[in-house]
Amino acid sequence: MTGPGVAGQETGAYGAIPRKEDARFVRGQGTFVDDISLPGMLHGAILRSPLAHARIISVDASAALAHPKVEAVLTGADLAGRGLAWMPTLSADVQAVLATDKVRFQGQEVAFVVAQDRYAARDALELIAVEYEPLPPLIDARTALAQDAPLVRDDVPGRADNRVFDWNAGDKTATDAVFATAEVRVGCDMVYPRSHPAPLETCGIVAASDAVTGRLTVWSTSQAPHAHRTLYSVITGLPEHKIRIVSPDIGGGFGSKVPVYPGYLCAIVASMITGRPVKWVEDRSENLMSTAFARDYHMHGEIAATADGRILGVRARVLADHGAFNATAQPAKYPAGFFHIFTGSYDLQAAFCEVTGVYTNKAPGGVAYSCSFRVTEAVYLVERLVDLLARELGMDPAQLRMRNLLRPEQFPYTCPTGWQYDSGDYPRAFALALDLAGYQGLRREQAERRARGEYMGIGISFFTEGVGAGPRAHMDILGLGMADGADLRVHPTGKVVLAISVQTQGQGHETTFAQLVAHELGLTPDDVEVVHGDTDRTPFGLGTYGSRSTPVSGAAAVLAARKVRDRARLVAAATLELSPDDLEWLDGKWRVRGDPDRGAGIAEIAMAAHSSLELPDGVEGHLDASAVYNPPNLTFPFGAYICVTDVDPATGEVTVRRFIAVDDCGVRINPMIVEGQVHRGLADGIGMALMQAIAFDENGNCLGGSFMDYLLPTALECPSPELGATVTPSPHHPVGAKGIGESATVGSPPAVVNSVVDALAPFGVRHADMPLTPANVWRAIQGRPVRPDLAVS
Amino acid sequence: MKVTLTVNGTEYARDVEPRLLLIHLLRDELGLTGSHWGCDTSNCGACVVWLDDTPVKSCTVLAVMADGHRVLTVEGLANGASLDPVQQGFAHCHGLQCGFCTPGMMLTARWLLNNNPHPSSYQVREAISGQVCRCTGYENIVKAVLWAAEYEAGG
Repeated sequence: MTGPGVAGQETGAYGAIPRKEDARFVRGQGTFVDDISLPGMLHGAILRSPLAHARIISVDASAALAHPKVEAVLTGADLAGRGLAWMPTLSADVQAVLATDKVRFQGQEVAFVVAQDRYAARDALELIAVEYEPLPPLIDARTALAQDAPLVRDDVPGRADNRVFDWNAGDKTATDAVFATAEVRVGCDMVYPRSHPAPLETCGIVAASDAVTGRLTVWSTSQAPHAHRTLYSVITGLPEHKIRIVSPDIGGGFGSKVPVYPGYLCAIVASMITGRPVKWVEDRSENLMSTAFARDYHMHGEIAATADGRILGVRARVLADHGAFNATAQPAKYPAGFFHIFTGSYDLQAAFCEVTGVYTNKAPGGVAYSCSFRVTEAVYLVERLVDLLARELGMDPAQLRMRNLLRPEQFPYTCPTGWQYDSGDYPRAFALALDLAGYQGLRREQAERRARGEYMGIGISFFTEGVGAGPRAHMDILGLGMADGADLRVHPTGKVVLAISVQTQGQGHETTFAQLVAHELGLTPDDVEVVHGDTDRTPFGLGTYGSRSTPVSGAAAVLAARKVRDRARLVAAATLELSPDDLEWLDGKWRVRGDPDRGAGIAEIAMAAHSSLELPDGVEGHLDASAVYNPPNLTFPFGAYICVTDVDPATGEVTVRRFIAVDDCGVRINPMIVEGQVHRGLADGIGMALMQAIAFDENGNCLGGSFMDYLLPTALECPSPELGATVTPSPHHPVGAKGIGESATVGSPPAVVNSVVDALAPFGVRHADMPLTPANVWRAIQGRPVRPDLAVS
Repeated sequence: MKVTLTVNGTEYARDVEPRLLLIHLLRDELGLTGSHWGCDTSNCGACVVWLDDTPVKSCTVLAVMADGHRVLTVEGLANGASLDPVQQGFAHCHGLQCGFCTPGMMLTARWLLNNNPHPSSYQVREAISGQVCRCTGYENIVKAVLWAAEYEAGG
């Protein structure tokens, strides 16, 4: 860790302490959904469509039902009889639970078998006879709005085309005026290909319905257990107080475990029908082919500038492939997520973007994979454009960025599309990154290598994210405002239990949240037990995604702790027979002003609160407190990334030699965990930029349906990252923290692509779409780039 | 088919379907859920255990192939209450986040250090390159293994 603002931050309970979670994980004692086994539990498996688009003529499950180990089979018709064949998505659309009329993507759910063991359930899938009438599939999003395009969503009365939405942000007139008079304009088509978060644990559920009590208990891979509870209640009609959702240990989520999937509902219905617990865990192909893909943005971006390198404006036209159902998980008001933060980190006069979403015969999803609600696509677009502009102007891309970065005195800064960036010192972070990289030396080395016929690239990305959704006045999912709660119980001995509405999928909440509360109450993190992931035991909130845990739920925990502290002051004053005004909070205790040796810590005060002490007004008998945090704004972390690559022109192979990452996420509660988050995101960026993409052939066959086809970076492709930090606190967050969970995933892909394109500059390569596989790099060198979203023949 | 195997020092005898995978025997029949299933195609290594003295991907080993053999899983890595240095290293160096790949990574790391007590960081990367972690970017896993090597060398 290098950089200004870091030293001296590790005070109180903050700091790089080991995680509480690790004790169970290193012993193999985590409890993931598939580890749960209940008496009498049955196993479910899903029959999926082999075709991308087809009418269902018939489904015959009689042979499967005759299998001696099969307990039940659900078809679309069975669910239709219960009014459950379709379910609402998180984006005001509906999605088929089990297909009744048509199948609309390869891998769509058609039937659900429930059997005595997981092997028998799989066997029985082969006994179900489905007759399909194939229909022409719509695969290329760019043809989705053509007159003769196949209609994907003929289930919606009156729908005549494949348009999901048209949406725009910014000022078109002002932007067009800037572009009309600008001395330099540069544009480029670029595709952010469809990818998949591919957490190592796939999605799964154990559903246990109790007919006597009317209770439904669900253990599931959910990043948003409270939202799921409400959704299940709405869908099934079960009273919400009879539903309990438990998210146990989750093996990575990255946004893919936010939606409710058909398999979950099938398992719930199957448990109701059989009266027994039902487990369903998808396999890897099902995961890659049917649950939450990410990206799939076809973008045309333009940037306008003066001849001496002053950036004036950006504009973008985007075609968004949403697949067969609009099931994106994002604040309802923003159909393209937060894409309109594509103004980036620069001081612009005007910006305008328009996004058209279309249906295709592909899996639904779109907002996942640590994308901060499409900030990933936005940052990629603007950072590629800035590099293209630098090339056009013949300017160094670092110099061009430094010239146009927002200046510290401009914060809070309202960007041309309306986001109010809370705080930032961009030049400081950028200068630190350039320094850590030894930027000028790298450019000299590059020139020397080029002279020798070697292709080395230096790629820069400077990003700004908006995370921590969000202000409930304009951010909700399904009408649920994006606020989060925290409950704090202070036991008589001063030990504390914190219950939070968000839960960890690896981010270390049990540690970070304990540090947050301990810091406020003068305790150690070991004094604080964090309860999460169980709707019966935690207050309502919208869950963990979009880097919102620390910005939103973390703030709620701090506010609850401060209420405890305030109440403790009254009790301490009563025990000392003083006025509360005579006390001040100092070094973790309430102490007498001017006599700091007299005072009491939370443990003593908690015992006093439970004792026979005559309690002062405002204290009912204990120190427990609750809080709900409705953030006034997003937080805006930022960072400067530099990626150094070497490209073999004969094979097209790219090696990432160095990755320098300076992140500013405000105050760091646990810098070790923060750095771990950055490490992950850098690997994501390398994966997306160089190898990961879900493509389709002309028949709609998914070409990324296993880890043999959908390539993930291993330890050999990931460099040892060089991290730096600056600390610019958020002015509105109670402890000045910002989100960090997605920063590196958002910021790193353009650094990698900029680096490869820079390496290929001697070949005249101006742009190449991800993934920059050896084949795609080689084609770019030959001047024959290809569409990354379609199969290459 | 009858299968008898020794897992973490304890002998188990079971009557299993010939097609049963070792990972499912361990998890579903023996209740050893520390080993995880992640991909079916031998790419991710969440299911890595030792068969006798070699790490294998237990999603592509039939349970009956383990008949008469020894299996080591994450549950057998610690010596009683005393954690293996590899386990200590993973916790000490933040070598895990969600914990799903961790058991397989640690078992490969243990094998590496048994065969190469002083690996370079590249050798650690090479050793775990048949396994996938989606959380750490591998950096802290490498550090964890090197930490364990140093610890065992008395450092």
